[in-house]
Amino acid sequence: MTRTTTAREPVDAEPKDGAPRRILTAIGPQNISLVAALIVVVAIFTFLNSGYLTWSNVQVIGEAATVAGLLAVVQTVVIICGAMDISVGSQAGVASVISAMAFMSTGHNPLLGIAAAIGVGVVAGLVNGLVIVYGRVNPVIATLATLAAYKGIAQLISGGRAQGFVLGDDLFIFIARGRIAGLPVQVCILLVVALAIHLMLKYTDIGRNIYAIGGNDTAARLAGININKYLIAVYALAGIIAALAGIILTARTGSGQPTSGSEGLELQSITAAALGGAALKGGKGGVAGTLLAVLLLGALNNGLNVVGVNTFWQNVAQGALLVIAVIIQQRRTGERAVGLPT
Amino acid sequence: MTELRAVGISKRFAGVRALDDVTLDFPGGAVTALMGENGAGKSTLIKIINGDHLPDRGRVVLDGAPLALHAPADARRAGIRVIPQEPEIVPHVSVAENVYIGALPRKAGRALDRVGLRARVRADLRRLGFERVLDPDTLGSHLTPAQRQLVEILRALTTDAKVIAFDEPTSSLSENEVEALFALIRRLREEGLAVIYVSHRMQEIFRLADRIAVLRDGGLVGVRDVDRTDEAEIVRMMVGRDLSDMFAREHGATDEVVLEVDAVTTDDVRDVSLSVRAGEVVALAGLVGAGRSELAGAIVGDLPIRSGQVRVGGRPVRLRQPRDAVRAGMGYAPEERKAQALLLERSVRDNTSLVVLDRLRRFRFVRRAEERRLTREYVDRLNVRTPDIEHEVRKLSGGNQQKVVLARWLARRPKVLILDEPTRGIDVGAKAEIYHLIDDLARAGVAILVISSELPEVLGLADRIVVMQNGRVTGELDRADATEEAILELAMAEDLSTTAQEEDQ
Repeated sequence: MTRTTTAREPVDAEPKDGAPRRILTAIGPQNISLVAALIVVVAIFTFLNSGYLTWSNVQVIGEAATVAGLLAVVQTVVIICGAMDISVGSQAGVASVISAMAFMSTGHNPLLGIAAAIGVGVVAGLVNGLVIVYGRVNPVIATLATLAAYKGIAQLISGGRAQGFVLGDDLFIFIARGRIAGLPVQVCILLVVALAIHLMLKYTDIGRNIYAIGGNDTAARLAGININKYLIAVYALAGIIAALAGIILTARTGSGQPTSGSEGLELQSITAAALGGAALKGGKGGVAGTLLAVLLLGALNNGLNVVGVNTFWQNVAQGALLVIAVIIQQRRTGERAVGLPT
Repeated sequence: MTELRAVGISKRFAGVRALDDVTLDFPGGAVTALMGENGAGKSTLIKIINGDHLPDRGRVVLDGAPLALHAPADARRAGIRVIPQEPEIVPHVSVAENVYIGALPRKAGRALDRVGLRARVRADLRRLGFERVLDPDTLGSHLTPAQRQLVEILRALTTDAKVIAFDEPTSSLSENEVEALFALIRRLREEGLAVIYVSHRMQEIFRLADRIAVLRDGGLVGVRDVDRTDEAEIVRMMVGRDLSDMFAREHGATDEVVLEVDAVTTDDVRDVSLSVRAGEVVALAGLVGAGRSELAGAIVGDLPIRSGQVRVGGRPVRLRQPRDAVRAGMGYAPEERKAQALLLERSVRDNTSLVVLDRLRRFRFVRRAEERRLTREYVDRLNVRTPDIEHEVRKLSGGNQQKVVLARWLARRPKVLILDEPTRGIDVGAKAEIYHLIDDLARAGVAILVISSELPEVLGLADRIVVMQNGRVTGELDRADATEEAILELAMAEDLSTTAQEEDQ
């Protein structure tokens, strides 16, 4: 709970007239309904199991949601541009394998392992961006293709098996089990990344231009924004953050994982972004809403685990939430029910 | 015999009058031409007859019975067909299927009756005399523009149309194709259909039409029989408004040439040269489709220039993308403000500061207090009526939205401002404000190029008027010699050689 409030404050901290009404509109109806849903979920599971709302379980929820949370935050940026990156999970898988293998082959140098993984993430992201912008391939199709291709690459270089062992190294141990001011390091990484991206989106001209590109790309182009450069850079950023998620995955499991742990993350990241208020047609959304949605999904998954519901039902719940989120969004914009939705 | 009547039709869009109490007959067995300047209300009237728009007042009466037209399907059922400029053709199916789309003949079990379809299409083609022009097996994507229109016409004629309307049908046709189309239209007339023909081309209308109805500013000016009128009278009916009191231009152009367009050729315009001096307002006049917006797009780097050069302040500008034009000191308010200029779901502030963010930032962080101050300054200066600067732009009226677009560029302080239809679809009050603003800017030394299809606006604003047709400049008029008739003549000059002597040197 703590982390959402810290991440959310800057959005609402606009110097308004101070009336509570103003603050409510600044938070936005989307975020208010997310908070309400979160309260309901927490209340139900606390009622069903008194161990649910304890500090240790909250930390478990946080750690479990970190990897998906990182991807959801960067997915939000991609979606604000009016695009989509389905390949984030596969990119994390490749990065995870690379980080462990580079770590082993450089004589157990964790920094080189991490650098190699980030480098691979940049390349993977750039490939996505270049194919989309200069190959003129629809973002969904392009990243659907790289979803498969990157997964294949991860399996090829790893032979389909977990690679290396990193938990003899202090840095990886710190990432996996460390605490900073009582918070798990993984959660801290997520918070730092989320805050940085939040600041970029809301307070820099880069962020303004990203919203402009997603809101009206013709207007952005005519206003002198180099759209191609921005799109490619955003995909590269997605690659970097996915690589970071992959490194955390390696630290958590102790070895490079080609697929386990990263499969299905694309669905989770898109779900969280959409649930958090990012409009899939672009131009709308924010890190705060996405983090709330990540927390909601994490709380829900953990709760279903705690009360012993079949894990397969969790997938059903997540899918249902995604559809509900988009339906609510479309209702709000008053889209007419004719033909394919835009 | 068929008779379509539009009775007392009025229609407003967002408070702007498009049609005002228009009563007009379209008798069967005659070709009625609809003429008028851009924005006179021709398309609106056609759309009301077609059921695209619901009139605010008035009704459409066919053979004495009023029609309830809520959708194009209603109009079709009643026997009214409009042939659009760009017919909708399904690319990957044959002509035969395209013609009968939505009503394909079928056998038991929903199987397509190919034999029946082919027989019907062949019979239709023979009946209409197109068996040699159109092969029913051709795929939609392989059709020429003329053939696409024929398909659309066939669609209309296979459903017992009583009224058929053509909206600028010849704009994409070659001469031979035009002849074939005219022959068809004459046959439709002989069969007793009421034909409505919208066109800017005076010569065509005098060859084809029986009656000419002229609209102006949403009202019907009059209907003339072709044998009892001439081109001059029709032009007089199309123009002749007085809005001069809205314009308070002080004409004070300097000698300093700011924008030079030198023999620019693009995919849409050929060999266009013009120049705008500091403090000067140059209007680019012409009819829709003359290539004016395409020229503007090329000047601001959004459309590729094949040959020629654009210079700002004497220095050639390398235009690879709009960014280059913005950097060179050009500002551009495009024709479609919602689609091309505004971030509708963002605030007035976001929209205003979009092109000055690079001047507002410190270490890439936008100085928000400065941004708000700047936005307020321009919101006040342009008199944008908005509750506050955080208001979403989509909630503003058209005139205020246009002012936000202008505020965006004024905040950048450009040397050249290109305004494409700056007053389209906005009310008279906001129009007057924008005219005053243009005057202020010119006096401050900005070089302004205005694209406008409204002749009184062109005459009231411009120091010089450049007229285009078919992607070429057909003439240039000084403010002193410019009249609406002179502009229209250049804009409709179908034979370029007769106006060659007026071309700029």
